[in-house]
Amino acid sequence: MEITISDLWQSAPMVSLTLTGLVALLVESMKGGRTTAVYGLSLAGCALAFVFSLWSLGSEVIVFNGMILQGGYASYFSMVFTSSAFFTIVLSRPYMQRLHREQGVLYILILFATVGMMLMASAMDLIILFLGIELMSVCLYVLTGFVRTKVTSNESAVKYFLLGAFATGFLLYGIALVYGTAGTTNLKLISQSFAQLSGNSLFLMGAGLLVIAFSFKVAAVPFHMWAPDVYEGAPTPVTAFMSTGAKAAAFAAFVTVFIRTFAITGTPISEVVAFIAAASMILGNVTAIAQSNLKRMLAYSSIAHAGYMLSGIAAGSAEGETGILFYLAAYTLMNMGAFGIISWVEQQDDTKLTFDDYAGFSAQRPVVAAMLSVFMFSLAGIPPFAGFFGKYYVFLAAVKADLVWLAVIGVLTSVISVYYYLRLVMVMYFRDGNATIEERVPGFAFAVIGVIAALVILLGLYPSLVVDISKTFFKL
Amino acid sequence: MILESIVFYSLAVASVGSALLMVTRRNPVIAALYLILNFFCLAGLYLTLQAQFIAVIHILVYAGAIMVLFLFVIMLLNLGDERKLSDAISPRKIIAGGLSLALLLELLSIFVTGTEGLPEYNADQALQVGTVEYIGKQLFTKFLFPFEVTSILLLAAIIGAILLAKKKPD
Amino acid sequence: MGIQLYLYLSAILFMIGVVGVIARRNAIIVFMSIELMLNSVNLTLVAFSAFLGDVTGQMLVFFVMTVAAAEAAIGLAIIISLFRNKQTVNLDEINILKW
Repeated sequence: MEITISDLWQSAPMVSLTLTGLVALLVESMKGGRTTAVYGLSLAGCALAFVFSLWSLGSEVIVFNGMILQGGYASYFSMVFTSSAFFTIVLSRPYMQRLHREQGVLYILILFATVGMMLMASAMDLIILFLGIELMSVCLYVLTGFVRTKVTSNESAVKYFLLGAFATGFLLYGIALVYGTAGTTNLKLISQSFAQLSGNSLFLMGAGLLVIAFSFKVAAVPFHMWAPDVYEGAPTPVTAFMSTGAKAAAFAAFVTVFIRTFAITGTPISEVVAFIAAASMILGNVTAIAQSNLKRMLAYSSIAHAGYMLSGIAAGSAEGETGILFYLAAYTLMNMGAFGIISWVEQQDDTKLTFDDYAGFSAQRPVVAAMLSVFMFSLAGIPPFAGFFGKYYVFLAAVKADLVWLAVIGVLTSVISVYYYLRLVMVMYFRDGNATIEERVPGFAFAVIGVIAALVILLGLYPSLVVDISKTFFKL
Repeated sequence: MILESIVFYSLAVASVGSALLMVTRRNPVIAALYLILNFFCLAGLYLTLQAQFIAVIHILVYAGAIMVLFLFVIMLLNLGDERKLSDAISPRKIIAGGLSLALLLELLSIFVTGTEGLPEYNADQALQVGTVEYIGKQLFTKFLFPFEVTSILLLAAIIGAILLAKKKPD
Repeated sequence: MGIQLYLYLSAILFMIGVVGVIARRNAIIVFMSIELMLNSVNLTLVAFSAFLGDVTGQMLVFFVMTVAAAEAAIGLAIIISLFRNKQTVNLDEINILKW
């Protein structure tokens, strides 16, 4: 019953990242702690965890007494989370240096948040799911309020914290009711008895509360009200991390519970999720049009993207799962890229964040403008970029699950979204102005964004690279 | 049986009463004290369910640590009374309140029918599960992994709290 | 004592907490209402645990307490850092970002 060496070895991505975090903490706390050393260590830790995940992608095992799953599905998500963390760390450095707020603790908290995300994706027990969500959230609350001297950062941290803790209450209530009716918190055992449980009203209530809690975490309508303000107020690299890694982690939990454990197709849960998905797509896209601040625009767009992905959950099928997995990889890349470039243009005092501040950007910085355009085209879901196939797969899954109306709403609202994504491209290329990046961008950060742009195009041209892998993951 | 009912109902009434008072007090210190009273009632209820270990650590952790922290912060910030509570009422809040009332009624009605499949209460079995010895054994065998995870969680919380609350903005 | 009584009680306490979160404007009292919600769920968990004769529920309560302690530390630190800059913990005065 104790933890064995082989358990630890099989969960290498998570263990290595935790150890890196602890070592980095020691380095940081030494007298005259070197922030650069912590930065390098954190990047190396993310890269190492990524390699371990890639390596264990083919083999799936359940370790630590049935508590977590490693390899396969969990490794896939670990790769998404570690890349998101890696990019966030790279982007944070110049951003925080400009604000004179660079501290090694920032990177350490990002690492611990990533460990929490990995726990969420690998949970085989509701207890682990709960602890993973909390570990991630606690780190994100601090990261949101990281720039202590800025009122916007404080305020968004308070808001995020109170609403996040409020959602935790619903999450726990849901877990309690599921536990009470199923008699266990082990997801494998729950999935075996799901057929009987799905007729129990108390169990359905528990599942409904879980839908509420997860919808809070993915920022889906009507539980989205925190997202625009928190995304706007948080430091931009942290916003990027929240909208990619944290969103992917919340979807990992969604998929684990509602597709892999529960067979929700045809149950009332599926209808509720479909309704939330439709509301998110409509409200997210329509409100995004009215925004002038780019961070807010991307916040509403991320609500809309949560809606697209929830269509896959509502479908509740293996196709839905594959679609969401691909979508998350694509979304993480394109959103990270977009926020990265925004963080370069943005000024310390939260200015240069509107559409108008990008007038004439293409003339001054043609390469950066081209990359930003790639991300915008991809977010809009225009082929041949990665975003297109993400939408294609989730809508296809919805159609196959007899949710044609949902797919129709998805396609129509995507058309609306083209307007505001391409508006930025139009401003950059066709309006006169002298928008540029005022501070020097480190070569490494520039290269990283370049790699992200290349990956967005690559995934768009060869989506099967990811899709084929995700089809091999076994079901519970 | 009658004794049990008396204990349960008095604790239940006291806990609901203290919760209502906590939510409606304007002065945060008084609200915090009512919350502590509520926690003592809950600890009593845990004892009626034979959960001794949980009852004890509930008092230790919540009343002894968390609420003391709350009181410290309230006093540190020297918070005054809130202005009239009725100012806070807005249509949006009424809708939200109505929705939560609907959820409550939903929950209560489900509890009537949804709990039929549960086994009968067996005090001996419950007593065996709730002891320190049994919980300790389970915690360090079956639940060792989540226990380790909490250590990382607490570490992250310590780092974050120090980072945000320390005086010197270095 | 049927389990329904415990479940009723905890649902009522939970909703008192929810109403507190919605209605109050003092960030610390909102946070205390959230603590009340978490505790009412703990009561549900302990009741289920005792009726099922299964330890998992109580174990989860143990972890919830740990999480609550961590959240209290973080939450109060965040509220303190807000207070340092704004001299208020009133949520209605959070104007830069509309509440």
